[in-house]
Amino acid sequence: MDIKVPTMAEMAANGQKPDVLFWVGCSGSFDQRAQRITRAFVKILDHLKIKYAVLGTEESCTGDPAKRAGNEFVYQMLAMQNIEVMNNYGVQEIVTTCPHCFNILKNEYPALGGKYRVRHHAQFLQELIDQGKIKLTDANSFKGKRITYHDSCYLGRANEIYEAPRKVLELLDAELVEMKSCKTKGLCCGAGGAQMFKEEEHGKLRINEARTLEALDVQPDIVAAACPFCNTMLTDGVKGKDMQVSVKVFDIAELIAQGQGLDGF
Amino acid sequence: MVLTIVQSLCFVLFVGGCSYIAFRGFRNVYLNIMLGRAADYTDHPGERWKTMLMVALGQKKMFKRPIAAMLHLVIYVSFVITQVELIEIFIDGIFGTHRFLFHAWENIPFLRGLYVFAINLIEVLSVLTFIVTIAFLYRRDLLKLPRFNKPEMKGWPDMDAHIILFLEMFLITNIFIMNSFDMAAAHGEYGFWISGMIAHSWEGMNESLLEIFEKIGWWGHLAGVLGFLMYLAHSKHLHILLAFPNTYFSRLTPKGYINNMPEVTREVKLMLDPNAQVEPAASDAPAKFGAKDIFDLTWKNLLDAYTCTECGRCTAQCPANMTGKLLSPRKIMMDTRDRMEEVREKMDANKGVWVDDGKNLIENGYISVEELRACTTCNACVEECPVNISPLDIIMQLRRSLIMEDSNSPNEWNGMFANLENNGAPWQFSPQDRLNWEKA
Ligand code: SF4
Ligand code: SF4
Repeated sequence: MDIKVPTMAEMAANGQKPDVLFWVGCSGSFDQRAQRITRAFVKILDHLKIKYAVLGTEESCTGDPAKRAGNEFVYQMLAMQNIEVMNNYGVQEIVTTCPHCFNILKNEYPALGGKYRVRHHAQFLQELIDQGKIKLTDANSFKGKRITYHDSCYLGRANEIYEAPRKVLELLDAELVEMKSCKTKGLCCGAGGAQMFKEEEHGKLRINEARTLEALDVQPDIVAAACPFCNTMLTDGVKGKDMQVSVKVFDIAELIAQGQGLDGF
Repeated sequence: MVLTIVQSLCFVLFVGGCSYIAFRGFRNVYLNIMLGRAADYTDHPGERWKTMLMVALGQKKMFKRPIAAMLHLVIYVSFVITQVELIEIFIDGIFGTHRFLFHAWENIPFLRGLYVFAINLIEVLSVLTFIVTIAFLYRRDLLKLPRFNKPEMKGWPDMDAHIILFLEMFLITNIFIMNSFDMAAAHGEYGFWISGMIAHSWEGMNESLLEIFEKIGWWGHLAGVLGFLMYLAHSKHLHILLAFPNTYFSRLTPKGYINNMPEVTREVKLMLDPNAQVEPAASDAPAKFGAKDIFDLTWKNLLDAYTCTECGRCTAQCPANMTGKLLSPRKIMMDTRDRMEEVREKMDANKGVWVDDGKNLIENGYISVEELRACTTCNACVEECPVNISPLDIIMQLRRSLIMEDSNSPNEWNGMFANLENNGAPWQFSPQDRLNWEKA
């Protein structure tokens, strides 16, 4: 990537403070597929000259998978470390590309002393669009394409954010189609509650297969997600149905970056 | 005269006896709920009242399924309005009068008109309810809607659903027996349309026979109402009462929020800094992490369990259940209630004192580890529930005890926990590589 990503430590060393901390999350940091989402989002931030920084090596897991598996100890240990790091830097604004990080930072960190204004990148991008800061330079690239949006549980039901990601997608001038289960009835991808980190329990079908079938039912060119874990689950699902050539799974950040003519992420 | 006194006495004894039995049932429900842990659900009273009005009284969440909602609304409205008739039944029962209100308002046309209108309305609603009851039976037994036919519904729960529907029909039948024979005996004086039509069939019957049948209907209706009252505490039908407090005490936090355990905060703070100032523990008993039994759940979880109507909306939307996993959020609620009943029975047999029976809510024929492990915490069940129950809240607390008390976790999770502790990530990557994504 042709961008040098600023870290909080470097900024602090230069006596600077970013306007917003970009919380990357474990998936966005380590998972190869999700790294592309991270880079796409950074490209957008950089393109719009937003003063941001990441924690880099000082970031740890928020503790979400531990907490939702039932391990409150590991979660609180991680949370307190993270809060200490962020409070030391005087962090006030956070944006993250992961709904799980978003939920836990926004809802569960405050009681442990971590009080920040937290936004998910769907909201962040929507605000930028509303302010007229994001304009599509390559508007035609999505014309005639069918896009279906998959609601992440931790964005949707958990925090009632249904419209922001849809508003973001509207910018693409594509045909947006809804799956059979959407919004409050959105069907889980199967990753939440730390399921991502273990084999599924015995059943007839994998949850990501069930969701992928619903997505394929509306014959999309693109399945849009706003969560790196949903992305993994749906990508696997589409591959499992051998449809990966005609159906692509993208994050809304990747689509917006593409729409702006940004590349190399 | 003597006959009237005997009748009044019978009435008072009958009503008193049934009410006492009903009261015993409700008392047990209350005592069971109070077995739960303390938790505060009293903040933002304004929002709570609003939630209760919208969700319980206004049935807001029912309308996600419009057909079921309309059918249910008919029974609901009719149930509430029919209770007006009870006022007169009580007056007549105690004082040995007959249609007291009708006669008392002989010279007040407005009130008498209102009375006749009310009874007519009740009759119309009763007919509608009868039809709806049949529709409900049809959906359950002939259409076999999947959500009514899951494994946890076999046996008593299915029986319970049928008893309620048949009691409903019994009540309505008796209303019409009572009113139509009364209309025939009074030669149509009351002006009730529907029972008036039925009354034509009784033409030519002798007066005393008409009166006897009217009495049968009257007592039958009363018995139906009191039967319901006694039955409520043992049935899913309890939701007609508990939907109100349960929605008042709704969780007002975002659905994604899961509480931070204060007992863990204390220990973690001391672990990170042995000199940290921490709030002392609420009691000297060794902290217990998560829930194993009903006593460890909050009173709100237990109220949830008693409020559950076993409608299965949660289970129908549960991704785990949909894909054939063992987990059913409805079963979580039913098991919790069943365990409460078991505990109460054992306490009753032991003069109200609880002695550990070596069982708890996990396994023991209640909630299995496999069920608990299948949950994705997606909140679909919570979103769907028409009376704001959270099966997820119970699942999370039980999961905590599996992991933190019993170290009962799948191997992959153990690996994940170790990675989180050592590398700050669920996978085995070095924290030093966290910014490597930048380099691609
Ligand atoms: S939160 Fe758990 S129990 Fe509830 S619907 Fe989702 S997977 Fe099922
Ligand atoms: S928990 Fe709610 S949705 Fe589920 S069966 Fe009970 S009442 Fe119905």
